[in-house]
Amino acid sequence: MSMLFLHLSNNSMLGLMKETGHSILQQVTPTIPEGKIGCTIIPGDGIGPEMMQCMQEVVEATGAPVDFETFFLSDIQYRLSAKIDDVVASVKKNAVCIKGILSSPVSGEGGSLNYQFRQKLDLFANVVHIISIPGVPTRHKELDFIIIREQTEGEFSSMEHETVPGVVECYKIVTEEKSRRIAKFAFDYATGRGRKKVTAVHKANIMKLGDGLFLNCCKEMASLYPKIKFENMIIDNCTMQLASNPHQFDVMVMGNLYGSIVDNVSSGLVGGAGIVAGASYSANTVVFEPGARHTYSEAVGKEIANPTAHIVCAAKMLHHVNLKVHARKLFRAIDKVIGDGKKVVSTARTIYRNGGLSRLLFGDGGGLCGGPPARSILIKFHCWFAIHGAQAVFPTGLPRLCSVVCPH
Amino acid sequence: MASGVFNFLMKSCRPSNVRYASSRTVTLIPGDGIGPEISAAVQKIFASAQVPIEWESVDVTPVRGPDGKFGIPQSAIDSVNTHKIGLKGPLMTPIGKGHRSLNLALRKEFNLYANVRPCRSIEGYETLYKDVDVVTIRENTEGEYSGIEHEIVPGVVQSIKLITEPASQRVADYAFEYAKLNGRKKVTAVHKANIMRMSDGLFLRCCREAAKKHPEIKFEEKYLDTVCLTMVQEPSKYDVLVMPNLYGDILSDLCAGLIGGLGLTPSGNIGLGGAIFESVHGTAPDIAGKDLANPTALLLSAVMMLRHMDLGQHALKIEQACLATIRDGKVLTGDLGGKAKCSEFTNAIIKRIESS
Amino acid sequence: MAAVSRIQLQKCLQNIWSTNSSLKTLLCGSSVSGEYQRRWASQAKVKYPKAKYGGRSTVTLLPGGGIGPELTGYVKEIFLYAGVPVVFEEVKIDPSSDSNEDLENAITSIRRNGVGLKGNIETRSLSTSVMSRNVALRNELDLFVNVFHCYSFTGIQSRHQNVDIYVIRQNTEGEYAMAEHESVPGVVECLKIITREKAERLAHYAFNFARKNGRKKVTTVHKANIMKLSDGLFLEVSREVAKHYPEIEHNDMIIDNCCMQLVSKPSQFDVMLTTNLYGTIVSNVICGLIGGAGLLSGGNYGDHYAVFEPGTRNTGTAIAGKNVANPISMLNGAVDLLNHLELDHHARILRDAIMKTVNEDQIHTPDVGGSATSTDVVENVLKHLAQNVKPGLVF
Repeated sequence: MSMLFLHLSNNSMLGLMKETGHSILQQVTPTIPEGKIGCTIIPGDGIGPEMMQCMQEVVEATGAPVDFETFFLSDIQYRLSAKIDDVVASVKKNAVCIKGILSSPVSGEGGSLNYQFRQKLDLFANVVHIISIPGVPTRHKELDFIIIREQTEGEFSSMEHETVPGVVECYKIVTEEKSRRIAKFAFDYATGRGRKKVTAVHKANIMKLGDGLFLNCCKEMASLYPKIKFENMIIDNCTMQLASNPHQFDVMVMGNLYGSIVDNVSSGLVGGAGIVAGASYSANTVVFEPGARHTYSEAVGKEIANPTAHIVCAAKMLHHVNLKVHARKLFRAIDKVIGDGKKVVSTARTIYRNGGLSRLLFGDGGGLCGGPPARSILIKFHCWFAIHGAQAVFPTGLPRLCSVVCPH
Repeated sequence: MASGVFNFLMKSCRPSNVRYASSRTVTLIPGDGIGPEISAAVQKIFASAQVPIEWESVDVTPVRGPDGKFGIPQSAIDSVNTHKIGLKGPLMTPIGKGHRSLNLALRKEFNLYANVRPCRSIEGYETLYKDVDVVTIRENTEGEYSGIEHEIVPGVVQSIKLITEPASQRVADYAFEYAKLNGRKKVTAVHKANIMRMSDGLFLRCCREAAKKHPEIKFEEKYLDTVCLTMVQEPSKYDVLVMPNLYGDILSDLCAGLIGGLGLTPSGNIGLGGAIFESVHGTAPDIAGKDLANPTALLLSAVMMLRHMDLGQHALKIEQACLATIRDGKVLTGDLGGKAKCSEFTNAIIKRIESS
Repeated sequence: MAAVSRIQLQKCLQNIWSTNSSLKTLLCGSSVSGEYQRRWASQAKVKYPKAKYGGRSTVTLLPGGGIGPELTGYVKEIFLYAGVPVVFEEVKIDPSSDSNEDLENAITSIRRNGVGLKGNIETRSLSTSVMSRNVALRNELDLFVNVFHCYSFTGIQSRHQNVDIYVIRQNTEGEYAMAEHESVPGVVECLKIITREKAERLAHYAFNFARKNGRKKVTTVHKANIMKLSDGLFLEVSREVAKHYPEIEHNDMIIDNCCMQLVSKPSQFDVMLTTNLYGTIVSNVICGLIGGAGLLSGGNYGDHYAVFEPGTRNTGTAIAGKNVANPISMLNGAVDLLNHLELDHHARILRDAIMKTVNEDQIHTPDVGGSATSTDVVENVLKHLAQNVKPGLVF
């Protein structure tokens, strides 16, 4: 049979790839189908547009047949913003989307665009895979756990009012239906990925009804999954455990606000918002977005932001839409660039005689020709480089990237 | 030096001579489990440092009140009400209905509106983080823990987070006062006002107003997510953090996690009717009575209390002795990786105090 | 007559329930432990959210015994090749074990995912306390109906062409109630159970099915001339139900006559409504008519769950591992699965590829008169698929 057998090494990005599904079936090479797939892109605010451009160039370098449909959606620059309904229609049609982070202004009425986007697509489950990437200096090593967050209700339901002047009530809604749904999602996710344990994070000792309901739904679902261990943990203890002993976690499931906290704390543990990719699921669509949500607007235009999260999002997207060959290329490239940065850089240096590319990508910010740290360009370039390999030095497309990397 | 905060706290009720009295009385609630041992250790250390305070030990074993529920005995309440200041060991919360949580009862009784927890990396106790020095100040009376919840229709529960202007102002003002009195440079308001625009918005507004009154302290606003992310990467970016109840609960434990757990973190509750300092760790019934417990958290809480009482000299002396003992690493209790007993650890601290 | 039959039936049942408690567990369709029974009793009616996320559905895969693992392996390959958005959760059942842990896992898995694809599961144990696992699965999940579509392939030599019959078969009671006992030494009683409730549900299903699929006629197959009470009830119920569907023609036929009619004039049948045992007979006869057992697939449906399998329930242990088993029946099962998941595009391209392979290219395994191996067939299917696979998640 015309089946290729691939070697799967255990490095981290392929680990990430296994996470994206079909874990048992990696031996078979799927077809590279003709035609193109559509993917909606929402660049978002802050560094989003830069990162998306980076990501798109890298995806193009893999040769993946993807048509990107870009919609600029923004709460802060609302005059430039596309209509939310158009964006939602596009995502529904394409079933996949890569989204940057939308900044939600502090003032204003009603739900933010983020909130509306999630509600309209019913993106109920957010999954963030926390995995230590070799080559990124962090305090904790070899972390590998998954955070699953309900994101259509809870504290972020935008229901607030001022009962009397100076007294504001904010509602947190917990429903049985949605709690069950997210609990089942977590257990299904754990089952599908061969995980062993699900930890529900809550504050049911204080919010006995609301979080109590959530916890009960998790317990009920746990009875359907006898092979998966179920535990629960109070949120404050959970953050403390994350800081001191994060290796105990496997799959975590929680409500909206706790999810936001745990996502961010955990992202910090493995190296920051720039390298952690996440995904939001509804029944029919997936929106890939960075795991920790920061617009990082102070870095705009400086080329110092880290695009890894966005590139990993793209790789996961390719994998999801059955462009597995391209996804693999991309995952390998990222792995090579981050895990083996020094080698790639030195090869590049011999070829381009560029003394500036001398430092590790994630060290103290290797300078570009003595200039400011230029991580985003470097990563983009190196992904490109890793995909094509040293043989293909000057095919079409390189000069543009080359001129960016070696301006002099 | 600390008169400012003291004035601020005791505004209405403090007789002017208290501050200069040669000896003041502090209510001591030893607590359960290891509580009595570590309280005794603290008392011993205080005696050796010749701290001019007297202890009034009270028992808070719950008694059945007139409403049939168990609660703190009136004598304990009276004691704190008279002395306005208390030190508390860990308490066991009895399980079962009809028991109000004692911590909750104390909080209500004395209107303890702000919870202060300084977290500082302790030299000699290795963790992954070496540069932690943050203080979390948490609004303690409202917010998400208001306890107002109901089931609207079966399967749908609504919990109410309550934010009020007076409570927010109170805690914001305290945060700046604290920063000023403890030589801190910056106050960060932690919020999620981009999502909870009205409730967290109100809290944020109160912080901004308080910041205007204290131009010498730097003020910044950060989203909860950002703080969480940065805290585990570069904790040195933060100094004093002020926030509503739930965020405070979570972040204070996160910070404690950074420096190695609750066994080393002191905590203070500042209220209108008094201030109570406590250790927030558990009662550790498995090692109770075996002379194995680590009194550091309670001792550092007591040090916080001394600062609060304007006894900064004594505070410094005790604190230095305690930290030096840990840094030295020769006499350490089991939880810090040593083999010493509680009494040996205590004596080592006393020796340092006496030799200084 | 009807009233009498019902009362007698109830009495009969009551007797059974009261006299033999071990029989009770058997009747509940289970060799599974009592504790397990209770656990599920409360959850049987609960419908859980579907395991479908981001367009991908999770499906339980039970490879079963004999040729099952080979055939399900082909399905996995084809799905991956065609980029079908289905993730399989594979549960293996050890055939030689007397413990039911594997089976419980399989059942729980289907409860979670709602959908399953299975090969035939072997029950090697001959102990009377271990019932057929296939039956246990159907009973536990209350998969009360088996729908078996029989149609002829132009590419396969057979006596009859243009056969197109749906057999709708009672799946959870009747002769397969697994209620057998030796009343006195040398005398074995086997109980056949028909209940009005289940018969009604089935009849409604059959007529509704005919209505939805534009079918004209429903034929009830029975033996009410001999088994006047049991098959009588079944027949009576189907006649009552037929009145609610005036546009669908209804007739009935005795099983022996039915078999004769099938081999002589199969075109007179459209939808057949049968009890458990007669269903097996009828479907095997039709399989023979169209050219073999390895071509067709069946679906088992309940209110909440659906399980698909090759139409004739044989494990084919004799030909396992020889690369000669006909993969078409399992692939057709996969097409049914895709239709059930509303993955219409993928169902269509796979169906087309199968049809082209069987009818145009005539790549046949030995059981249908060819000399190709299983992998030849699958490769040919893949070849046709390759022309139609689109990237992305096409729904």
